[in-house]
Amino acid sequence: MSTQSKHALSVDRTLLAFLFLAAVLTLGPFLWIALASFKTQIALLMGTTKFTPVTMNYDEVLFGNTSLFARNFLNSIIVASISTLAAMTIGFLAGYSLLRLRWPAWVVNLFLLWAVVFNLVPPVTLAGAWYELFRGVGLNNDTVALILAHTTLHLPMSLWLLSSFLREIPKELEEAAFIDGAGFVKTLWRVVIPIMMPGLVSTGILVFIFSWNEFPVALALTNNTSATVPVGIAKFAQENEIKYTQMAAASVLSAIPALLALLFGQRFIVKGLTAGAVK
Amino acid sequence: MAQSNNRQAAKFLSLAPALLFLILLSALPLFNLIALSFAEVTWTGGESHWQWVGFDNYKALASDALFKAGILNTIILVITATSAQVCIGLMLALACSRLGARSRAYRTLFLLPILIPGIIIGAIWRLMYNSQFGVVNQILGLVGLGPVDWLGSSSLALMSVIIVDIWHWVPFSFLLLLAAVEALPKDVSEAAQIDGASKWQEFRRVSLPLLWPAIFTTFVFRAIIAFKVFDEVYLLTGGGPGTSTEVISFTIYQRFFVQDNPGYGSAMSVTVIFIIATVIGVAMTRQRSRSQ
Repeated sequence: MSTQSKHALSVDRTLLAFLFLAAVLTLGPFLWIALASFKTQIALLMGTTKFTPVTMNYDEVLFGNTSLFARNFLNSIIVASISTLAAMTIGFLAGYSLLRLRWPAWVVNLFLLWAVVFNLVPPVTLAGAWYELFRGVGLNNDTVALILAHTTLHLPMSLWLLSSFLREIPKELEEAAFIDGAGFVKTLWRVVIPIMMPGLVSTGILVFIFSWNEFPVALALTNNTSATVPVGIAKFAQENEIKYTQMAAASVLSAIPALLALLFGQRFIVKGLTAGAVK
Repeated sequence: MAQSNNRQAAKFLSLAPALLFLILLSALPLFNLIALSFAEVTWTGGESHWQWVGFDNYKALASDALFKAGILNTIILVITATSAQVCIGLMLALACSRLGARSRAYRTLFLLPILIPGIIIGAIWRLMYNSQFGVVNQILGLVGLGPVDWLGSSSLALMSVIIVDIWHWVPFSFLLLLAAVEALPKDVSEAAQIDGASKWQEFRRVSLPLLWPAIFTTFVFRAIIAFKVFDEVYLLTGGGPGTSTEVISFTIYQRFFVQDNPGYGSAMSVTVIFIIATVIGVAMTRQRSRSQ
């Protein structure tokens, strides 16, 4: 073996060690919290490394009399699903319209400006504005208000991502369908959507996760019955300062969508995150 | 004729819902926010009364210590955390790119922190930093150091928050920079090596200049998200001790909702939006005039 390839090998080994260290640092906190969620309060406080795993923290969080977690979970699923569907439908139609249906440049620029400005503004500033608006129309603390807010919050991202995926589709395909007599809806449904499927999945996963994770707006617009998972956990942590192991169990449960997305949709997440930033 | 009428209808109907959201749920609330910032809201019998106070809310901002601390801490956090994330992200991206398929599992794993709710990240680290049983002090104890009061000491708290932010968002810079590194033309660096350039020279003189635009973009994107930091701080420190980890989103939230002072909170929001717009505007004109 030449000295040069020996050198290359040792460089590779160093890099692998570096990546391994980074992986340990990334995974460590999750493993630690997962372990803590199976400990009794005493085992955690004693810092014991050998312990008999218990499921009582999960029982208490999911089925306890005073626990609102199951309800929070359901609220989160409802809010994230409906707002994702709405943001994608509206974003897709608008993206298609702006790219293909010959709007004057200022209309296109207006939406572009909106998407950019909206991403700059801290959600907390909007939370105040929405709070006043929804209180004015009698929707305070209502799930509908949060769904509308999350749809608005993620519409620019959805519009941005879907437009970038739409741009990759050759116009000729749709024009051919039009000439064959297919109407607007049929062209979208039969030609555009099937080709865009990977892009739609990417956008869908990201918007769902973002809505699931969103905290400040949900905190401002919900009460105990309409709270989502992040709000529920924050309140739990503040009110039950010392129920550490239950907090750990709730944390593990609320990471489920992220873990599922990572296991089954990793390719799509990378595609979505890089498309959003690079283009 | 019917066909073109249909197309015209489709054109308007497809944009209408987005336009509705833009007007009713973005523009209207923002105008309302601006109006509110010139008012003081009082409640009597469940009804709100606006009293116009002119620029009073804005004048009060100038002498608000919490607002000043919020702005200052946010800027410190944005600059330090974003710089660290871009550096570490770039190193990881270069390593993964060189190792190719052997790094596949790592590439997946590094995505995890971005996908977890920020509030959970706060909860996890709050337990890890705990001075009684937290794993951070346990590890320090193994090498004979500590215990350290990570979140309770006003000189360390901001640094502890920054560490969490770095940990949370390194994957994001990694992902963007990996895409840029993988898109580098292979033949240029090979040509440099054939010309006798060392690995380091090749990186400094060839790859790095090609990567600058991507590094700049990643920095800007990360800085924008870092500026909005709220979730982690909410559970880690709640802005304390004192004002040592007060960040701007948190200050706005406190003024608007906790102290129930919408007029003042709005003035703060409008000021922050104005500051961000100015900074981004200046950065973009600079970048544009440089690339011309």
